[in-house]
Amino acid sequence: MRKTGMVLAVAALALSACVTINIYFPAAAAEKAADKIIEEVWQIQQSDKPATVKETK
Amino acid sequence: MNSLFKNLLALLALLVAFNVHAAADLEVNTPGVNAIKNSMQTRHGQLSAYYASGAVGLTMDGMIAVRDAGSVPLAARQTVNALVAAENQDRSALYAEIANANGHPEWQAEIRTTFAQRWVQRAQRGWWVLSNDGWSQK
Repeated sequence: MRKTGMVLAVAALALSACVTINIYFPAAAAEKAADKIIEEVWQIQQSDKPATVKETK
Repeated sequence: MNSLFKNLLALLALLVAFNVHAAADLEVNTPGVNAIKNSMQTRHGQLSAYYASGAVGLTMDGMIAVRDAGSVPLAARQTVNALVAAENQDRSALYAEIANANGHPEWQAEIRTTFAQRWVQRAQRGWWVLSNDGWSQK
């Protein structure tokens, strides 16, 4: 009986983790990823970040 | 009953294991994404002058378009059209590649929308943007 309860608790936790991670589109992460790529494609220098952008001028 | 729970738990654990890595960041450091990015970076050397002159502008769907072909010398018009077509091909491929690299091909449209907003946001002053109301200058 105790075991069943534990399994249920873990299952509930796992299910909630799935819902948070999996179903919704991670908008903030996508914005961050987009900015990173745009900075590189457009060669935008970021003053608040170390210059990882290649200089091809 | 107990075995049902065990099976359920195993299935959930599997799902979590597959998706935990996607929690914090979107994966954009894949060979596919990098190849497209490099191609776009190189092309930008040619396109930037056309963004600045207004010959080419950004669209709200994450693409680019020829805005004023008349401002481009006749001899270069073919080149501009080809650049725009190649850029849009790369952009479509980029959005799809990011979605696939993160195991969610269905995110492609949302990734495109996110990029569309960020391209416009990061565009230089003076560049043109095509919205539902037509072209406007940033």
